[in-house]
Amino acid sequence: MSDNTNKPKKEELFSVKNRKLLSNPMGKDNPITVQVLGICSVLAITVQLKTSLVMAISVMAVMAASNVIISLLRNTIPPRIRIIVQLIVVASLVILVDQVLKAFVYDVSRQLSVFVGLIITNCIIMGRLEAFALSNKPWPSFLDGIGNAAGYGAVLLTVGFFRELLGSGTLFGYQVIPNFLYNIGYVNNGFMILPPMALIVVGVIIWIQRYKNPELVDVS
Amino acid sequence: MKALIQFVENKIQPNFEKGGKFHKFHRSFEAFQTFLYVKGDVTRQGSHIRDAVDMKRTMFHVVIALTPVLLFGMWNAGLQHYRALGMDVSFWNEFWFGFLRVLPIVVVSYVVGLAVEFIFAEIRNHEVNEGFLVSGMLIPLIVPVTTPLWMVALATIFAVIIGKEVFGGTGMNILNPALLARAFLFFAYPAFMSGEIWINTTLREGQALVDGFSGATPLAMLAANEVQNLPSVLEMFLGTIPGSIGETSTLAILIGALILIATGVGSLRIILSVVVGGLFMGLLLNLFSVNEFMAIPPYYHLIMGGFAFGAVFMATDPVTASQTPRGKYIYGFLIGVLTVLIRVLNPAYPEGMMLAILLMNVFAPLIDHYVVEANMKRRLKRMKPSTVKVQA
Repeated sequence: MSDNTNKPKKEELFSVKNRKLLSNPMGKDNPITVQVLGICSVLAITVQLKTSLVMAISVMAVMAASNVIISLLRNTIPPRIRIIVQLIVVASLVILVDQVLKAFVYDVSRQLSVFVGLIITNCIIMGRLEAFALSNKPWPSFLDGIGNAAGYGAVLLTVGFFRELLGSGTLFGYQVIPNFLYNIGYVNNGFMILPPMALIVVGVIIWIQRYKNPELVDVS
Repeated sequence: MKALIQFVENKIQPNFEKGGKFHKFHRSFEAFQTFLYVKGDVTRQGSHIRDAVDMKRTMFHVVIALTPVLLFGMWNAGLQHYRALGMDVSFWNEFWFGFLRVLPIVVVSYVVGLAVEFIFAEIRNHEVNEGFLVSGMLIPLIVPVTTPLWMVALATIFAVIIGKEVFGGTGMNILNPALLARAFLFFAYPAFMSGEIWINTTLREGQALVDGFSGATPLAMLAANEVQNLPSVLEMFLGTIPGSIGETSTLAILIGALILIATGVGSLRIILSVVVGGLFMGLLLNLFSVNEFMAIPPYYHLIMGGFAFGAVFMATDPVTASQTPRGKYIYGFLIGVLTVLIRVLNPAYPEGMMLAILLMNVFAPLIDHYVVEANMKRRLKRMKPSTVKVQA
């Protein structure tokens, strides 16, 4: 956009525009609660906080790296085969992430099972590549990738927090709900372990967000 | 009486009107005021015809219809308790025991549910919806008598918020809130909703359970292939069997059904088609008769478990059922079919009524849509030949 102007002004690394790239996906442009993308992984891997965190970091790594790579290649990719090129880039990165997870956090990698591989099909990543990286410079693309992955991760962690706390009484595997509550009759909520409850929790997050941000409510 | 009305209107009401001390809470005040008396408000412009039976009265008819079921449920809770202990006590002792166990559940359900309703009414600035009068009575009737009270409270909150308020309150909900409360309990706390939990067996000193005591419901017996242990048809019809508080007595439910049909609140079409659907599927399974559960007479399905209760009080919920007459037949029939299907063929869920009704609640708008479409097509077809004739 601005690189075609006659006197290209050097933009600051963290200009207002660039900072927006980071902050918008956390709020009114959140990939999950506003664009409603990537719901599948939210349902599948948020039973525990630990898996949610690992997933969020993995997606952030893949997203930032693929955004930068595609942005660097953007002028050389023939438009007709761009989707395939994007897929190859994302798939290679996912394989890297998968290997790293297997090497360092094997148990979590086992729990995530197929969903690490399925990061390839995460619509948020493809969406950002198509919508942003293909037409922007590497640095803003990098920020955009980090921002969107952070927005995705924030929702993931919120859902994971409530599901693990109410479903298993633990956080990161440590028991949080005191024993005396169990003794007086408290029971973990088995519904929280089931995927439908993740959908309901996401729904409640969307509800609260739109209640605070009336501009997001689409009138139909 | 008149003095009381005068007192409320002249002394208390001004506090809640504009400029009054408690204007913020005028929605809550109106809800209580209209509980017994219709306010004297009249529409000033245009002509409006208003039936004296507004939503509050409609809901009240259902509560009245539920009373026999509730009273029977109380007695049955006591009866089952003393039977498990092998004690022979008087009718009133049995009733009193059940009364003390059931009443807290009813109170918790109403207090919690209405509190949520009032909070939402104040936040959203709309009138308090009366829908919970019925839901609050239904929830206690479809849980086991041993359910912990905090679970009832949690399920009620879930049902009112997720089942009703997110969709916009009474009349907008897709799923029956009371059934949603039960579904929540069923999936969240399975240990408290299935198994040997139907009878309150709290023991005092010097008491012991009868030898060979089994707290299983008829459906659980059938699922375990124990046909020989099944109670007699008369027992199952009268309801002196283990089960959720309100679901056991087909007789009490029939009295409720008569009240509902007489007052025009419940739909006879739905009740009948649910029964026909259940009988049809029962007969169909009889043809195969692979195991003993499939071979039981179809009418057993009507008097076991929650079939009768669901058919009369749950499926007929005017909000979540189909609206068109033909749609009601399809909706009810499919509920009956699915219930028996889930009961007999799915070992994980001994009772299919809840899941069948919730599923058909979701499909009800679709059924209505196609019924209306079919009607339009039929009428268009009727029109065509005549237009052709005119042209010729």
